[in-house]
Amino acid sequence: MPMTTSPLLEANGLVKTYGAVRALRNASLSLLPGEVHALMGANGAGKSTMVKILTGALRPTTGRIAIRGVEQKVRSPADARRAGLVSVYQEPSLIPDLDVLSNLRLTRTPVDAFRHWVHELGVPDLDLGEMARDVPLAILRVLDLARALAIEPDVLLLDEMTAALPANLAEKVLEVVRRQTQTGRSVIFISHRFLEISALCDRATILRDGETVGVVDIGPDVEDRIVELMLGERILRKHGAAVAAEARPHAQGKTRLSVKNLRVGTKLNDVSFDLHDGEVVGVVALEGQGQDELFAALAGSIRPSAGVIEVEGEAVKFGKPRDAIDRGIAYVPGDRSDALLMHRSVRENIALPFSTGVRRWGPINMSNERTTVLRAIERLQIDTRAQGEVRRLSGGNQQKVTIARWIAADAKTILCFDPTRGIDVRTKTQIYALVRELAAQGKSVLYYTSELEEIQLVCDRAVAIFGGRVVDVLPVEIADELALTRAAYGLPRDAAAADLGILADPTRPGAAP
Amino acid sequence: MSEIADTSPQPHLGRRLRRLMADQPIIPLMVLLILLCAVLQLLSPGIINPLWVANTIKFAIPLALLAGAQTLTMLTGGLDLSVGTVGTMAAFIMATQIGHHDPATTLALSLLPAVLIGLANGVGVGIFRVHPLIMTLGTGLVGSGILQVYQRTVIASGSEIPPFIVWLGTGLTYGVPNALLLFVPIAALIIFVLRRTGFGRQVYAIGDNEKASRLSGSTYWQVILALYVASSLLAAIAGLLYVGVIRTPSLTLLEPLVLPSVAATIIGGTSIFGGRGSYATAILGALILRVLTTLLTVLQMPEGLRQGLFGLVILLVTAIYLRIIEDS
Repeated sequence: MPMTTSPLLEANGLVKTYGAVRALRNASLSLLPGEVHALMGANGAGKSTMVKILTGALRPTTGRIAIRGVEQKVRSPADARRAGLVSVYQEPSLIPDLDVLSNLRLTRTPVDAFRHWVHELGVPDLDLGEMARDVPLAILRVLDLARALAIEPDVLLLDEMTAALPANLAEKVLEVVRRQTQTGRSVIFISHRFLEISALCDRATILRDGETVGVVDIGPDVEDRIVELMLGERILRKHGAAVAAEARPHAQGKTRLSVKNLRVGTKLNDVSFDLHDGEVVGVVALEGQGQDELFAALAGSIRPSAGVIEVEGEAVKFGKPRDAIDRGIAYVPGDRSDALLMHRSVRENIALPFSTGVRRWGPINMSNERTTVLRAIERLQIDTRAQGEVRRLSGGNQQKVTIARWIAADAKTILCFDPTRGIDVRTKTQIYALVRELAAQGKSVLYYTSELEEIQLVCDRAVAIFGGRVVDVLPVEIADELALTRAAYGLPRDAAAADLGILADPTRPGAAP
Repeated sequence: MSEIADTSPQPHLGRRLRRLMADQPIIPLMVLLILLCAVLQLLSPGIINPLWVANTIKFAIPLALLAGAQTLTMLTGGLDLSVGTVGTMAAFIMATQIGHHDPATTLALSLLPAVLIGLANGVGVGIFRVHPLIMTLGTGLVGSGILQVYQRTVIASGSEIPPFIVWLGTGLTYGVPNALLLFVPIAALIIFVLRRTGFGRQVYAIGDNEKASRLSGSTYWQVILALYVASSLLAAIAGLLYVGVIRTPSLTLLEPLVLPSVAATIIGGTSIFGGRGSYATAILGALILRVLTTLLTVLQMPEGLRQGLFGLVILLVTAIYLRIIEDS
């Protein structure tokens, strides 16, 4: 621990509201000189909002930020930089169509210092004349960091810095970051990896529901304390939900979909699992752990780089979504605007898959279509009072339309990606019931959700993905929020056995209990 | 949100009227057309008679056919600027080949470049994702270049417009333009295809949300390819018909109609971003443009002023009309 002096950066009572939505309610952060400070929180806790406020990309509704005890109005990233705060985001920030040197000039970065840091970070032979677009992603991130270091900021904010880096580079980066603090500079470190956090950080601030709920010193066994803080009183609710889950009969059908050693670029690594008839398999993962790529690969939107997808025992290769649909696999995207024709009617939206492909370009049997569509509308209890364009429906009803489409098309396998995001409680309940009903009819559902309590309400099993790998498969009985959160952070299942050694082996199989 | 609250008792009359017009854009267009006719009648009493109506329709039909081509492509967020060249080629080839071949062969020959240019447009836009504006401008220029070369080779052989084409283009039967015999079935077919077939659904789907259409299984290039070929064929038909009206094949026969056909489509309420619009309203758009032209001719002003006014009126009408159909 560094000597306790006055904080280098202090943010207090940060509030950010968007209309009625409060992204931040009361967030604070106190950063001491010479420390590496982790900022943590579950999905939607307000981390990104907080980061954006600190770096000047967003202005807080209320709240104050002081740097070295002087209150600052950080109104833009340039303001933040003048005040001594520089950030490195997840996305590379070099302009792709300029060479590296021009990019440096653009931000008035001292070139010699940049070269020095690039070398320190373990990239020995960089050609500054190279176009940024030709530099590999991992190196780009290192260059971003080197550029930030070259300005010698007081506070360095690193957002998922090591996410896209190979192990050797990640190690160098952590080492350099650690050394930064010896000169009294501080680092705000955002990461989902407990391994890194315990190796690097001194303290952690934990956000929950837009509020700072705790600041902890990093020490042995701190993961449990952090997970507890991230979940708060939700841990107490686990028993009720578990009962509901156990009451569900376990009928194991034939294997519908089998994923074997699937790999997509650097985002998804060696993922394997099965989905059976009549089964709902939940997928839990923190943001950006490869779940998007997994669903896109299964839906035929992207081609996997390696591995096999089998549908009913037969290996398939999907070149486009049509191929997956022909195999009975339907994808319900999380973002409704990716699924709906906003200016068309409910009917046309639901009937859309019926007219795809040259063979179905002929005249539509209107009365048949009407019957099918009406049946789906009735089954999902879609409120079609606001007739006409789908954009006039409420979010919940829009979501139902995206699902109704595939029920009308009688898809056997439905991939639901966060289907209840941003919809009302009543509709959520209806969607849970519908998913269970589909399973009872022998359909299979793969269900990614960012709301962990849904796993026990809807699923039969939960697959946890972390860093592009399946780190655990939990039977629903034990898949409460605590267990799922631990799994999503790649922590071992048994709290008592919390041993960081196990984290180093991400291939740990999700054994049955 | 406010749209759903619409079930509250008796919303404002103006709002309801706007909603009605937004759902049925054909109503404000009809009103506009009648209004323009009324102004015309006021300025020049007695001008509106059956012959004038027949003439207006006769001249509006080639424009409406081209507007059909624009509607089809615009519904997917595109545009077809090659229609001028395609139609001119069809007319020119027909007029120069009719002396050497039987009618069926001549027709096939004159439609051939249309199909080829349509395929090229479709491949460019659908597969290589070239912007429709550039793609169709390019193929149009290439086509008109080829047409000029072709003209040199046939300059000696002369040209003729077959009487049937003239009959179809300009003839009246019991005061009704013969061109309607061709146009009504074509228009009905386009409307039917757009409203009641799987292909039509795909066109709207791609224009509304290409990603969603892809996720529900449609294949972009197939739809686009078919669309641009259809667009070219419509242009060729428009060219064959128009040469019957004008009665002299020229190398720029249809060019003056290209941009008005785009205007007619937009006045007809088709969104240039795709996904919204219909052919019935585009036909009305073509009629409105024709009546507007007559109106400005009747005003007897210098040509320059007339053109300027024409442009202003189009802008004004489109702005007002879009205001009406875009519900707040």
